[in-house]
Amino acid sequence: MTTSSTMMAGKRGLIMGLANERSMAWGIARALADHGADLALTYQGEAMEKRVRPLAEKLGSTLMTPCDVSDPASLDAAFDTIAEQWGQLDFLVHAIGFSDKNELRGRYVDTSRENFLNTMDISCYSFTAAARRAEKLMGDGGSMLTLSYYGAEKVMPHYNVMGVAKAALEASVQYMAADLGPRNVRVNAISAGPVKTLAASGIGDFRLILKWNEFNSPLRRNITIDDVGRAALFLLSDLGSGVTGECLHVDGGYHVVGMKAHDAPDIATQV
Amino acid sequence: MSDISDRVKKIVIEHLGVEDAKVTEEASFIDDLGADSLDTVELVMAFEEEFGIEIPDDAAEKIQTVKDAISYIQENAS
Repeated sequence: MTTSSTMMAGKRGLIMGLANERSMAWGIARALADHGADLALTYQGEAMEKRVRPLAEKLGSTLMTPCDVSDPASLDAAFDTIAEQWGQLDFLVHAIGFSDKNELRGRYVDTSRENFLNTMDISCYSFTAAARRAEKLMGDGGSMLTLSYYGAEKVMPHYNVMGVAKAALEASVQYMAADLGPRNVRVNAISAGPVKTLAASGIGDFRLILKWNEFNSPLRRNITIDDVGRAALFLLSDLGSGVTGECLHVDGGYHVVGMKAHDAPDIATQV
Repeated sequence: MSDISDRVKKIVIEHLGVEDAKVTEEASFIDDLGADSLDTVELVMAFEEEFGIEIPDDAAEKIQTVKDAISYIQENAS
Protein backbone atom coordinates (compact mmCIF):
# COMPACT_ATOMS: atom_id res chain seq x y z
CA MET A 1 0.00 0.00 0.00
CA THR A 2 1.38 3.40 -0.91
CA THR A 3 1.34 5.91 1.90
CA SER A 4 0.05 9.45 1.56
CA SER A 5 1.68 10.78 4.70
CA THR A 6 3.96 9.69 7.50
CA MET A 7 1.64 10.89 10.26
CA MET A 8 1.35 7.36 11.69
CA ALA A 9 4.88 6.20 10.80
CA GLY A 10 6.41 4.17 13.60
CA LYS A 11 3.00 3.70 15.27
CA ARG A 12 1.81 0.18 15.90
CA GLY A 13 -1.78 -0.72 16.46
CA LEU A 14 -4.12 -3.65 16.85
CA ILE A 15 -7.41 -3.85 14.97
CA MET A 16 -10.02 -6.25 16.32
CA GLY A 17 -13.17 -7.04 14.38
CA LEU A 18 -12.22 -6.78 10.72
CA ALA A 19 -14.52 -9.07 8.66
CA ASN A 20 -14.41 -7.99 5.03
CA GLU A 21 -14.05 -5.01 2.71
CA ARG A 22 -17.40 -3.61 3.85
CA SER A 23 -16.32 -3.48 7.51
CA MET A 24 -15.93 -0.15 9.28
CA ALA A 25 -12.70 -1.68 10.60
CA TRP A 26 -11.52 -1.91 6.98
CA GLY A 27 -12.12 1.82 6.43
CA ILE A 28 -10.17 2.50 9.62
CA ALA A 29 -7.35 0.06 8.79
CA ARG A 30 -6.94 1.50 5.31
CA ALA A 31 -6.76 5.09 6.58
CA LEU A 32 -4.18 4.14 9.21
CA ALA A 33 -2.03 2.10 6.81
CA ASP A 34 -2.28 4.86 4.25
CA HIS A 35 -0.60 7.18 6.75
CA GLY A 36 2.17 4.77 7.64
CA ALA A 37 0.88 2.76 10.63
CA ASP A 38 1.87 -0.87 11.22
CA LEU A 39 -1.20 -2.96 11.91
CA ALA A 40 -1.86 -6.23 13.71
CA LEU A 41 -5.18 -7.96 13.12
CA THR A 42 -7.15 -10.45 15.17
CA TYR A 43 -9.70 -12.87 13.75
CA GLN A 44 -12.17 -15.27 15.31
CA GLY A 45 -12.01 -18.79 13.93
CA GLU A 46 -11.24 -20.22 10.49
CA ALA A 47 -14.21 -18.57 8.78
CA MET A 48 -12.79 -15.15 9.65
CA GLU A 49 -9.17 -16.11 9.08
CA LYS A 50 -9.79 -16.83 5.41
CA ARG A 51 -11.42 -13.40 5.05
CA VAL A 52 -8.88 -11.43 7.05
CA ARG A 53 -5.72 -12.95 5.58
CA PRO A 54 -6.04 -11.37 2.10
CA LEU A 55 -6.94 -8.04 3.74
CA ALA A 56 -3.83 -8.26 5.91
CA GLU A 57 -1.77 -8.70 2.75
CA LYS A 58 -3.29 -5.60 1.21
CA LEU A 59 -2.41 -3.62 4.35
CA GLY A 60 1.13 -4.98 4.44
CA SER A 61 0.28 -6.37 7.87
CA THR A 62 2.43 -9.27 9.02
CA LEU A 63 0.97 -9.86 12.46
CA MET A 64 -2.26 -11.84 12.59
CA THR A 65 -3.45 -13.72 15.62
CA PRO A 66 -6.63 -15.58 16.55
CA CYS A 67 -8.76 -14.07 19.30
CA ASP A 68 -12.11 -15.05 20.74
CA VAL A 69 -13.05 -12.14 22.99
CA SER A 70 -15.47 -14.27 25.02
CA ASP A 71 -12.52 -16.36 26.22
CA PRO A 72 -10.05 -14.65 28.61
CA ALA A 73 -7.34 -17.19 27.78
CA SER A 74 -7.70 -16.41 24.07
CA LEU A 75 -7.42 -12.67 24.77
CA ASP A 76 -4.33 -13.29 26.91
CA ALA A 77 -2.76 -15.35 24.13
CA ALA A 78 -3.44 -12.70 21.49
CA PHE A 79 -1.88 -9.92 23.58
CA ASP A 80 1.02 -12.20 24.53
CA THR A 81 1.71 -12.67 20.82
CA ILE A 82 1.72 -8.91 20.28
CA ALA A 83 3.96 -8.39 23.32
CA GLU A 84 6.43 -10.98 22.03
CA GLN A 85 6.52 -9.70 18.45
CA TRP A 86 6.23 -5.96 19.01
CA GLY A 87 6.80 -5.31 22.70
CA GLN A 88 4.66 -2.19 22.52
CA LEU A 89 1.37 -0.92 21.21
CA ASP A 90 0.37 2.65 20.30
CA PHE A 91 -3.31 2.19 19.54
CA LEU A 92 -6.21 -0.24 19.77
CA VAL A 93 -9.31 -0.39 17.56
CA HIS A 94 -12.28 -2.39 18.83
CA ALA A 95 -14.93 -3.05 16.15
CA ILE A 96 -16.73 -6.00 17.68
CA GLY A 97 -20.37 -6.58 18.46
CA PHE A 98 -22.75 -9.48 18.52
CA SER A 99 -26.37 -10.27 19.26
CA ASP A 100 -28.75 -13.03 18.24
CA LYS A 101 -30.35 -11.62 15.08
CA ASN A 102 -33.72 -13.01 16.15
CA GLU A 103 -33.71 -10.42 18.92
CA LEU A 104 -32.85 -7.52 16.59
CA ARG A 105 -36.49 -7.29 15.61
CA GLY A 106 -39.67 -7.17 17.62
CA ARG A 107 -39.70 -5.76 21.14
CA TYR A 108 -36.63 -5.08 23.31
CA VAL A 109 -38.62 -6.03 26.38
CA ASP A 110 -38.79 -9.61 25.14
CA THR A 111 -34.99 -10.04 25.10
CA SER A 112 -33.83 -13.26 26.75
CA ARG A 113 -31.45 -13.19 29.69
CA GLU A 114 -29.00 -15.39 27.81
CA ASN A 115 -28.82 -13.11 24.78
CA PHE A 116 -28.74 -9.99 26.95
CA LEU A 117 -25.67 -11.26 28.79
CA ASN A 118 -23.97 -12.52 25.64
CA THR A 119 -24.62 -9.24 23.78
CA MET A 120 -23.20 -7.27 26.73
CA ASP A 121 -20.18 -9.56 26.97
CA ILE A 122 -19.21 -9.47 23.28
CA SER A 123 -20.29 -5.91 22.43
CA CYS A 124 -19.34 -4.04 25.62
CA TYR A 125 -17.15 -5.97 28.05
CA SER A 126 -14.75 -7.15 25.33
CA PHE A 127 -13.54 -3.55 24.86
CA THR A 128 -12.78 -3.23 28.56
CA ALA A 129 -11.07 -6.63 28.58
CA ALA A 130 -8.94 -5.74 25.56
CA ALA A 131 -8.17 -2.24 26.88
CA ARG A 132 -6.84 -3.63 30.16
CA ARG A 133 -4.43 -5.87 28.28
CA ALA A 134 -3.49 -3.20 25.72
CA GLU A 135 -2.71 -0.65 28.46
CA LYS A 136 0.23 -2.77 29.60
CA LEU A 137 1.81 -2.38 26.16
CA MET A 138 1.26 1.38 25.98
CA GLY A 139 4.22 2.57 28.03
CA ASP A 140 4.48 5.95 26.32
CA GLY A 141 0.76 6.60 26.15
CA GLY A 142 -1.65 5.52 23.48
CA SER A 143 -5.10 5.79 21.99
CA MET A 144 -8.04 3.39 22.04
CA LEU A 145 -11.15 3.51 19.91
CA THR A 146 -14.44 1.64 19.76
CA LEU A 147 -17.48 1.91 17.53
CA SER A 148 -20.97 2.80 18.66
CA TYR A 149 -24.28 3.83 17.15
CA TYR A 150 -27.00 6.41 17.83
CA GLY A 151 -29.22 3.58 19.07
CA ALA A 152 -27.22 3.89 22.32
CA GLU A 153 -28.70 7.36 22.93
CA LYS A 154 -32.15 7.19 21.40
CA VAL A 155 -34.54 4.40 20.56
CA MET A 156 -33.99 3.09 17.03
CA PRO A 157 -36.27 0.46 15.54
CA HIS A 158 -34.95 -3.10 15.83
CA TYR A 159 -31.67 -2.10 17.51
CA ASN A 160 -33.06 -3.33 20.82
CA VAL A 161 -30.57 -5.07 23.12
CA MET A 162 -27.70 -3.84 20.97
CA GLY A 163 -28.69 -0.26 21.83
CA VAL A 164 -28.52 -1.11 25.51
CA ALA A 165 -25.09 -2.70 25.04
CA LYS A 166 -23.83 0.31 23.06
CA ALA A 167 -25.03 2.64 25.84
CA ALA A 168 -22.97 0.60 28.29
CA LEU A 169 -20.04 0.66 25.85
CA GLU A 170 -20.18 4.48 25.61
CA ALA A 171 -20.30 4.74 29.41
CA SER A 172 -17.30 2.40 29.65
CA VAL A 173 -15.38 4.71 27.29
CA GLN A 174 -15.83 7.53 29.80
CA TYR A 175 -14.80 5.45 32.79
CA MET A 176 -11.75 4.07 31.01
CA ALA A 177 -10.80 7.57 29.81
CA ALA A 178 -10.70 8.60 33.48
CA ASP A 179 -8.76 5.48 34.52
CA LEU A 180 -6.15 5.62 31.76
CA GLY A 181 -5.82 9.38 31.22
CA PRO A 182 -3.11 9.85 33.87
CA ARG A 183 -0.92 7.49 31.79
CA ASN A 184 -1.67 9.51 28.62
CA VAL A 185 -3.81 6.74 27.18
CA ARG A 186 -6.85 8.23 25.46
CA VAL A 187 -10.13 6.35 25.03
CA ASN A 188 -12.80 7.43 22.55
CA ALA A 189 -15.72 6.15 20.51
CA ILE A 190 -17.04 6.89 17.06
CA SER A 191 -20.82 6.81 16.77
CA ALA A 192 -21.13 5.96 13.09
CA GLY A 193 -24.21 6.33 10.93
CA PRO A 194 -25.65 3.18 9.40
CA VAL A 195 -23.49 1.36 6.83
CA LYS A 196 -24.42 -1.87 5.11
CA THR A 197 -21.84 -4.16 6.68
CA LEU A 198 -21.94 -7.89 7.34
CA ALA A 199 -23.02 -7.11 10.92
CA ALA A 200 -25.81 -4.80 9.72
CA SER A 201 -27.24 -7.61 7.60
CA GLY A 202 -28.67 -8.99 10.87
CA ILE A 203 -30.68 -5.83 11.62
CA GLY A 204 -34.31 -5.76 10.44
CA ASP A 205 -35.50 -3.10 7.94
CA PHE A 206 -31.95 -1.92 7.36
CA ARG A 207 -32.79 -0.52 3.92
CA LEU A 208 -35.44 1.75 5.47
CA ILE A 209 -32.95 2.94 8.10
CA LEU A 210 -30.39 3.76 5.38
CA LYS A 211 -32.95 5.67 3.28
CA TRP A 212 -34.25 7.56 6.30
CA ASN A 213 -30.74 8.69 7.23
CA GLU A 214 -29.94 9.68 3.67
CA PHE A 215 -33.03 11.89 3.41
CA ASN A 216 -32.94 13.38 6.89
CA SER A 217 -29.30 13.87 7.91
CA PRO A 218 -27.95 17.42 7.49
CA LEU A 219 -25.43 16.25 4.89
CA ARG A 220 -28.25 14.44 2.98
CA ARG A 221 -26.19 11.31 2.46
CA ASN A 222 -25.15 8.14 4.18
CA ILE A 223 -21.62 7.92 5.46
CA THR A 224 -18.94 5.61 4.08
CA ILE A 225 -16.37 3.46 5.80
CA ASP A 226 -13.80 5.99 4.58
CA ASP A 227 -15.59 8.75 6.52
CA VAL A 228 -15.19 6.54 9.59
CA GLY A 229 -11.55 5.85 8.69
CA ARG A 230 -10.65 9.53 8.52
CA ALA A 231 -12.33 10.30 11.86
CA ALA A 232 -10.54 7.32 13.40
CA LEU A 233 -7.23 8.61 12.05
CA PHE A 234 -7.87 11.91 13.85
CA LEU A 235 -8.64 10.22 17.17
CA LEU A 236 -5.81 7.67 16.95
CA SER A 237 -3.11 10.08 15.77
CA ASP A 238 -1.54 13.07 17.48
CA LEU A 239 -4.20 15.25 15.85
CA GLY A 240 -6.49 14.06 18.63
CA SER A 241 -3.89 14.51 21.39
CA GLY A 242 -6.21 16.48 23.67
CA VAL A 243 -9.33 14.38 23.11
CA THR A 244 -10.43 11.62 25.45
CA GLY A 245 -13.70 10.25 26.78
CA GLU A 246 -15.37 11.53 23.62
CA CYS A 247 -18.06 9.97 21.47
CA LEU A 248 -17.59 11.51 18.03
CA HIS A 249 -20.62 11.30 15.74
CA VAL A 250 -19.68 10.38 12.18
CA ASP A 251 -23.24 10.30 10.94
CA GLY A 252 -23.68 13.19 8.53
CA GLY A 253 -25.04 15.16 11.49
CA TYR A 254 -28.08 12.93 11.96
CA HIS A 255 -27.84 13.12 15.77
CA VAL A 256 -28.78 16.82 15.84
CA VAL A 257 -32.01 16.31 13.91
CA GLY A 258 -35.30 16.37 15.80
CA MET A 259 -37.83 15.93 13.00
CA LYS A 260 -38.19 14.72 9.43
CA ALA A 261 -36.53 17.11 6.98
CA HIS A 262 -39.00 19.36 5.11
CA ASP A 263 -37.72 18.05 1.77
CA ALA A 264 -37.56 14.37 2.76
CA PRO A 265 -40.10 12.13 1.06
CA ASP A 266 -42.39 10.06 3.26
CA ILE A 267 -40.76 6.70 2.67
CA ALA A 268 -42.33 4.68 5.45
CA THR A 269 -44.88 3.18 3.08
CA GLN A 270 -42.58 2.86 0.06
CA VAL A 271 -39.64 0.78 1.25
CA MET B 1 -32.09 -12.74 -19.17
CA SER B 2 -28.77 -14.42 -19.95
CA ASP B 3 -27.22 -11.12 -18.95
CA ILE B 4 -28.49 -11.61 -15.39
CA SER B 5 -27.21 -15.19 -15.42
CA ASP B 6 -23.73 -14.08 -16.52
CA ARG B 7 -23.56 -11.30 -13.94
CA VAL B 8 -24.66 -13.65 -11.15
CA LYS B 9 -22.10 -16.26 -12.16
CA LYS B 10 -19.34 -13.65 -12.35
CA ILE B 11 -20.08 -12.51 -8.79
CA VAL B 12 -20.09 -16.12 -7.55
CA ILE B 13 -16.81 -16.94 -9.30
CA GLU B 14 -15.09 -13.85 -7.96
CA HIS B 15 -16.42 -14.08 -4.43
CA LEU B 16 -15.87 -17.77 -3.86
CA GLY B 17 -12.73 -18.03 -5.97
CA VAL B 18 -13.99 -21.12 -7.80
CA GLU B 19 -13.43 -22.30 -11.39
CA ASP B 20 -15.87 -21.01 -14.00
CA ALA B 21 -16.87 -24.53 -15.01
CA LYS B 22 -18.07 -25.40 -11.52
CA VAL B 23 -20.57 -22.55 -11.44
CA THR B 24 -23.50 -24.28 -13.17
CA GLU B 25 -27.08 -23.23 -12.53
CA GLU B 26 -27.66 -26.31 -10.42
CA ALA B 27 -24.61 -25.71 -8.21
CA SER B 28 -25.35 -25.23 -4.51
CA PHE B 29 -23.24 -22.50 -2.91
CA ILE B 30 -22.58 -24.50 0.22
CA ASP B 31 -22.64 -28.13 -1.00
CA ASP B 32 -20.90 -27.72 -4.36
CA LEU B 33 -18.94 -24.48 -4.24
CA GLY B 34 -17.49 -24.61 -0.72
CA ALA B 35 -19.27 -21.53 0.61
CA ASP B 36 -19.76 -21.06 4.36
CA SER B 37 -22.78 -19.33 5.90
CA LEU B 38 -21.06 -15.93 5.86
CA ASP B 39 -20.31 -16.35 2.16
CA THR B 40 -23.99 -16.78 1.45
CA VAL B 41 -24.77 -13.52 3.30
CA GLU B 42 -21.96 -11.75 1.43
CA LEU B 43 -23.18 -13.11 -1.91
CA VAL B 44 -26.69 -11.83 -1.25
CA MET B 45 -25.24 -8.40 -0.39
CA ALA B 46 -23.22 -8.46 -3.61
CA PHE B 47 -26.35 -9.36 -5.62
CA GLU B 48 -28.29 -6.53 -3.99
CA GLU B 49 -25.56 -4.08 -4.90
CA GLU B 50 -25.09 -5.32 -8.47
CA PHE B 51 -28.79 -5.34 -9.31
CA GLY B 52 -30.00 -2.48 -7.09
CA ILE B 53 -32.56 -4.63 -5.31
CA GLU B 54 -33.47 -5.55 -1.76
CA ILE B 55 -33.47 -9.24 -0.88
CA PRO B 56 -35.32 -9.71 2.43
CA ASP B 57 -34.01 -12.25 4.96
CA ASP B 58 -36.74 -14.82 4.32
CA ALA B 59 -36.06 -14.74 0.57
CA ALA B 60 -32.29 -14.75 1.10
CA GLU B 61 -32.50 -17.94 3.13
CA LYS B 62 -34.10 -19.71 0.16
CA ILE B 63 -31.33 -18.72 -2.24
CA GLN B 64 -29.13 -21.79 -2.07
CA THR B 65 -28.14 -22.41 -5.67
CA VAL B 66 -26.99 -20.29 -8.59
CA LYS B 67 -30.38 -20.88 -10.23
CA ASP B 68 -32.22 -19.70 -7.09
CA ALA B 69 -30.33 -16.42 -7.26
CA ILE B 70 -30.92 -15.92 -10.98
CA SER B 71 -34.65 -16.67 -10.63
CA TYR B 72 -35.11 -14.29 -7.71
CA ILE B 73 -33.30 -11.48 -9.48
CA GLN B 74 -35.21 -12.05 -12.74
CA GLU B 75 -38.47 -11.76 -10.85
CA ASN B 76 -37.52 -8.76 -8.74
CA ALA B 77 -35.03 -6.62 -10.68
CA SER B 78 -36.67 -3.65 -12.35
